[in-house]
Parts: sequence; structure tokens; C-alpha cells
Amino acid sequence: MQREGQVRIPSGCAISAMISTTGARMTGETIVKSMIPMHDRSNGLGGGFAGYGIYPEYREFYALHVFFDDPSAQYECEKYLKEGYEIVKSESIPIRKIPEITDVPIIWRYFVAPLASVLSRLQLDEHEFVARTVTKINSQFRGAYVFSSGKNMGAFKAVGFPEDVGRFYRLEEYAGYSWTAHGRYPTNTPGWWGGAHPFALLDYSVVHNGEISSYDANRRFIEMFGYRCTLQTDTEVIAYIADYLLRRQGLTLEELASVIAAPFWSELDASESVESSSRAYLRKVFPSLLLTGPFSIVLGFTGGVMALNDRLKLRSMVTASNRDVHYIASEEAAIRAMDPDARNVYSPAGGEPVIIKVEEGAY
Amino acid sequence: MAINYIYPEFDVIRDPNRCITCRICERECSNGVHIYDADRKTLRADETKCVDCQRCVATCPTRALKIVKNTCALRENENWHENSIKEIFKQASSGGVLLSSMGAPNPLAVYWERILLNASQVTNPSIDPLREPMETRVFLGRKPSKITRRPDGTLDTTLAPQLELETPIMFSAMSYGSISYNAHASLARAAQELGIFYNTGEGGLHEDFYQYGAHTIVQVASGRFGVHEDYLNAGAAIEIKMGQGAKPGIGGHLPGAKIVGDVSKTRMIPEGSDAISPAPHHDVYSIEDLRQLVFSLKEATRYQKPVIVKVAAVHNIAAIASGIARSGADIIAIDGYRGGTGAAPTRIRDNVGIPIELALASVDKRLRDEGIRNDVSLVVGGSVRNAADVVKAIALGADACYIATAALIALGCHLCRTCQTGRCNWGIATQRAELVKRLDPDEGRRRLVNLLTAWRYEIMEIMGGMGINSIETLRGNRSMLRGVNMTSKELEILGIAHAGE
Ligand code: SF4
Ligand code: SF4
Repeated sequence: MQREGQVRIPSGCAISAMISTTGARMTGETIVKSMIPMHDRSNGLGGGFAGYGIYPEYREFYALHVFFDDPSAQYECEKYLKEGYEIVKSESIPIRKIPEITDVPIIWRYFVAPLASVLSRLQLDEHEFVARTVTKINSQFRGAYVFSSGKNMGAFKAVGFPEDVGRFYRLEEYAGYSWTAHGRYPTNTPGWWGGAHPFALLDYSVVHNGEISSYDANRRFIEMFGYRCTLQTDTEVIAYIADYLLRRQGLTLEELASVIAAPFWSELDASESVESSSRAYLRKVFPSLLLTGPFSIVLGFTGGVMALNDRLKLRSMVTASNRDVHYIASEEAAIRAMDPDARNVYSPAGGEPVIIKVEEGAY
Repeated sequence: MAINYIYPEFDVIRDPNRCITCRICERECSNGVHIYDADRKTLRADETKCVDCQRCVATCPTRALKIVKNTCALRENENWHENSIKEIFKQASSGGVLLSSMGAPNPLAVYWERILLNASQVTNPSIDPLREPMETRVFLGRKPSKITRRPDGTLDTTLAPQLELETPIMFSAMSYGSISYNAHASLARAAQELGIFYNTGEGGLHEDFYQYGAHTIVQVASGRFGVHEDYLNAGAAIEIKMGQGAKPGIGGHLPGAKIVGDVSKTRMIPEGSDAISPAPHHDVYSIEDLRQLVFSLKEATRYQKPVIVKVAAVHNIAAIASGIARSGADIIAIDGYRGGTGAAPTRIRDNVGIPIELALASVDKRLRDEGIRNDVSLVVGGSVRNAADVVKAIALGADACYIATAALIALGCHLCRTCQTGRCNWGIATQRAELVKRLDPDEGRRRLVNLLTAWRYEIMEIMGGMGINSIETLRGNRSMLRGVNMTSKELEILGIAHAGE
């Protein structure tokens, strides 16, 4: 049996997200609930969550969440980490043993800071250094897989139904200002934890529903810049694209949305605004980062989330809010499960980004 | 008289019950095959001159004619094929190099035919091109590697010069001289109507065609025929021709007989003199020299035009392309082993170079491995025969395709492969006024526009089936391809999986 990454597996999915614009910290319990009405959108082969603002006491450190197949893989990986990082805390991620979740690997978390001496020798900024470390471990270290690597955030995922995954990771014990969730419906059974979503790199995390037809064009382009798509999943390539365009090219979120769900030429041709010419420019410069085929995604980042549908809106996605809390989900029922009183239910148009940010200074 | 060892290749079959002795075939055949016998009041045929161009067949009003392969055959031999024997007969009698035209006809691997395309089922919807927008626009040229902003924070949207194509297909180089004025006029008008480009080839640009400059690629080849400042500035892009798929490493030779009238004027050489393009550019003996030529052409056109460097697909093509990408070129055009020509030495045409599919796959991969794929666009040709070939080329990694033979076929070419004689009965590969006028440029334009319109529909249909609604995401999307009947090495070079995987 081939593992995820050696073979490309299409999948359908459920996604949801919640965020408090005042930075109020909410436990993981609510987001877990959102997945219950969407049970049939997953098939028990993968579920996961990402929480932001969950590690305030370690906010200066990168939180690496890692799966290890066995102790020797962990030993090798730690040896490598110690060459470049100060590890301020190393612990197993607390779990609750439940019959629904089996074949549990070693699940570890490290709070780390890159060594200044190493950074100056390599002339790299710390984000780039961490991104390279993650790429290296995931593509070259057997039996080790870093599935979360941001600051003051963390991804939690497993093979199983998402509501069980939430219980398994005891998410009710964490509190964050934003949460995203994912339930997976892969069309085949690789049964590997790394393949579950969200997919996260640095503080970007992506949950995604859909199957992009542009995958290999996107993958082959993004791999030019040092990324390695080890999982062969859409979500992974979307996360790398977000990292490349936001962090390395310095695009804004709106510009990112304009690249990956580019407006049609007919629309751009019809307008002479500065904005249209900027968008046309981005489309000409990054044609290989357009995503085609159905998708709805929620991109999580420090201080906010962005929801986006493919430009034809081939996947359902709705948003709603109640006071400072905003919700996004594949189905309205999921939003109702989080907050029966949520209002302003809205279905964003294809390619229309919905960006929700926490007030400056509140996260 | 010495015995002619070679028996005619074709039989001219005339049905006497149908023939009305109108003598049209006699007038239509520039090779003099059909001869009127005044005594018998019938027509007879001299098969030795027949090239099977099918002109008489198409123009005979009563469909009295058929040209068939002559069944008279040499004794079968699996080693000494009939063709090999006849070539020896020809060389033993002439003492010369064998000449041929159009692309290599031998059955050597056509990889397009061993590649199959994907379509969506269940997990991902296909898209109906009749109901949803389906985009085929591409931009050829260098893309910046870093986004920059103006002081006010807005994007700096200045971009190196680009060629904008409504469909990723262009007409590749065919010189005025090798093909007729009317053939050029057809290509130029069609390119304008289609929003694409045609290519002057190395023969300069006839003054009548300057009006199509916005849809013209002007070529600079080793002979530099017809190259001057106005010419360079007349087109939308400049192509440096380093090589051609049908004859890598070889120059060109347009016989003095074709250098008549306007052809001589356009090429800027005296009437009747042979136009000889040297094998190399004598100012380009290395990649540094190429860089100088690229930049001198850019200087001459004030950096307003993208520069294309066209090379033949040869063994080391990936490294060559990588060198070209770093030479300042905006676009690399690669011409494959099966590419066409107006005339080439047969041995060269049939034995030198590699198939375009393999060249394209390895160049695209190499440029990506080196992280410079976005610095240049890739255009491939030789031979792209239909919309499926175009889709496969783009999925392997091409930005656009060049077509020439397919365009000539649309104009009436029947692929008789005797362009080098200059007696093309279809008014294409000829300079004889009475033949040239057989090709009506407006009819030619219409047929070319039809052809590419049809291909565009087919491309959109195939893309829609894959769930792709923009050609940008087909480019380099090799997971949309699967191979059949291939070795693992071939699959590895093409970078695709085998069908069933
Ligand atoms: S064109 Fe046809 S009908 Fe006329 S002379 Fe020739 S064979 Fe006879
Ligand atoms: S262009 Fe004319 S001479 Fe050349 S192959 Fe076609 S029909 Fe024959």
C-alpha cells in the first residue's frame, strides 16, 4: 500500500472556521461541534483543526507539532533540530485515548527558536530558516513529519472523524481567537495522519474542500522555489502558494486571492481601473498559480482568516456573524451548531475573498 | 539513352468513360504529367513526372482521375527497403546529395500518439465550454521573479514586452521565397484576424505586409536576408533562427531560380543569385555571442520587442535551452525532429535531431530544476498536427505551439513533399505567377481562421473535460497525461505516469 505522498488521492470535504475580531479567546469545543452536522461530508479518514492564539505563554517561539513513526525517527530528527535551534520545551501532545482513534503515532511538540549564530551564518531570516527546516524534515527524514510550525498557533489532525479527532486532542483545553476545522472524504484509504488537514506551514494553515484540476501545474511551479509537495494534496500546494505569495513576494491577501482565483480576462478587459490593471499584471506574472476546479478554502494566519471560493463557485461556502464572532462553513447547519443565533448569513461569490481580521493589538 | 532504373512511383488512372477531354488536368499540372494527344483526341499521362500532389484529381470536373501507388515492386527485402535501393539508383545516376522537403516521413516514434489525456469523473466536475467561460489567452515573454511596489504601495506593473495570444498557437517561420506571396498574405491576414502571429522566416518582409506588423514575428537568420532597422521594428517580436528541426546544423539554400522580382528585392540580393544561409551565424560561435546578438537586436528596437531564439531539438537541448534562457532571450522556440522544411538534405532530415515531445519535456524540467522557467516562455513545433497535440504539448510544459505544415495543409498543400522543385500546383511553395494565383489569399485566410477556430473549440472541449477553465493551469500539468506503449525510461523523460497508474 502506498502512503499519501506517493500517490495522489482526490477527496471531498467539510470545512468550518470561527474568529473573534476582538481577540476574545474561545475554547476548541465550539469548532468541534461544527463538524457534527457535517458528519456525512467526511468518511472517517481524516479530520483536523488549527487554533490561533493558543500558546500565549510561548508566543515568541515556533511551535513544531511532529508525528514520528518510532523512537529512532524522533531521535534522528531531534539531533537535527538541535543543530539549528534552541528547544525551550519538548513534550508529548496531550491526548485522550478513545476507541475511535487507532494506530496513534508518537505525537510531539517542540517550542523552538532558531539560533542567531546559524541564521547569520546562512544569511536567512528566521521564517525562511524554519520553512526550510520543515521542508527538509518532511521530504528527507524517514518516519518524521512536521505538521504545524507557526508561532502561537497549532494544527491538530488525525485519521478519524473530525469530532473524534477534536476529542482525541482535548481541544476543549485550548483557547484561541480563531479556529479552523476540516473533515475529509478521501476516495481511497491511505490511513496516514500526515495526510489529514489542515495543512500548515509557519503560521499559515489551509483547510480546503474540493479537488483542484490545476494541481500539477501549481506543484511544478511552486517546487521551483524550494517547496516540496510531499503529500500530493491540493491543500499542501495551496499552503505553499500562500506562503510564497504572501511572505516571499509580499502580496496582500486580496492580491493573493486575485492570483489563485483570478478574475476572467473578459472582466479585466472591460475595466480600465488601476485595480484591474494590477490584477491583470498579477495574472500575467503568476499564471501557473491560478487554481482551477472546485475549491473552498479557509486560510488561517496570525490575526485573521481568509475564506475563498473558486471563481465558478463549484463548492458551497457560507459566512455569518454574531457580534464580534464571525463564522465560515461549508454548510449553514455547521454555523448553527456553533452559534444558533448567528446572523448575516452570506454566500460569497466565486473568487470573492472574505477577509476577517482581529483588531490590531488584540492578538 | 541509359536505362532509367527507377520505375514511376505512381500510376495515373484515367477512366475513359468519364473523361470528357476538357484538358483541365493538362493545364493544372505544372509537372507536365498530362499530355493531349491531338491525333487520338485523348489524354495520356507521363507518370515519371507525377508527384501525387492530387491537383488534377481535385480539379477534374468528372472525377475521371485517380493517382495510386504503383504496385510494380522490387523483390521484398527487410533489410534493403525499396526506398533505400531507389535512393542508391538516384545517387548513382546523379552523384548528388538527396534533397527532400516537408518533415521526415519515417515511422519513428510519434510520442503524441502514445500519450492519453485525462477527464474529470465524480470527484471533480467537468466544465461545459458552451455555458462557462473557457480561457485560452496566453502571454509569451519574460516574467519578473520579484514583485516590486511603487512608493505609494501600489504594484509596479511594468512588464518586459510580451506577445499576447488569444489561442496558444502561432504560424511558424516560412520565408517569402520558399512560399508564395499569396501564401504569406493568407498567413498574415489570418494571424491578424485570429489575434495571433505569423513569422516571416528568413526572407525579409514584403513591403505590402508591413501593415500586419502587429501580428508578425520578424526573423533574423544566418544569411541576414532582408534585415534592416525598419524590418526589425516592423514586427511584434524578433526571432533569431539558430536552427531548424528538419535540418539541424545546416544552413539554407534557396536556388537562384526562385530569387525573382519581389523576392530578390525583399531579400535584398540580386535576382537570380542563390540565397545561401550559412550553417552557423558567423557572429554566434558561443552562448556569449548569442547574448550579444540578443541585446544588439533589443537595442535596435529600444527594448520594445520580445526576442525569440529558435533552435532545433538536438541531443543536448536541455542544457542549450538553459543557456539561452540566461542569454536575455524572452522566448525559446524549439523545433522538433519531424519539423517541416522547403528543402533539406534527406539524410539530415531523416537522421538528425530528436522528437519534440522528449525535447520539450526535458527542457521544461531543466528550466524548472534551475528555477528559471518563469524567465522565458517555451514555444514548440515540428510537428504539431491537431488540437490534441497542442493540448499534450501544453500539458508537458509548452506555453504555445508553432504550426507550419498544418497551416499549409489548410491552404491546400497535399504533402507531396516536392516543395524544393518550386512547381507547387497548389500555389504555395512556388514563385511562378500562374501557380501563385491559384491560391486566393482571402480564401486562404478564411481556411486558416476556420482551422484554428476549430482547434480552439477542441482545446476548450478537452480542457472542460479535465475541469480546467483556463489554459494557464493546463500548462505543465503533467498529471493530466498518461503514457501507453512506453518504456519506463521514456515515461521518466516525459515526466508522466503510465496509463493505469
Ligand atoms: S481533367 Fe479530367 S475530364 Fe478533363 S481531361 Fe483531364 S482527366 Fe479528362
Ligand atoms: S507545399 Fe506544395 S509542393 Fe510542398 S508538399 Fe505541399 S503541395 Fe507539395
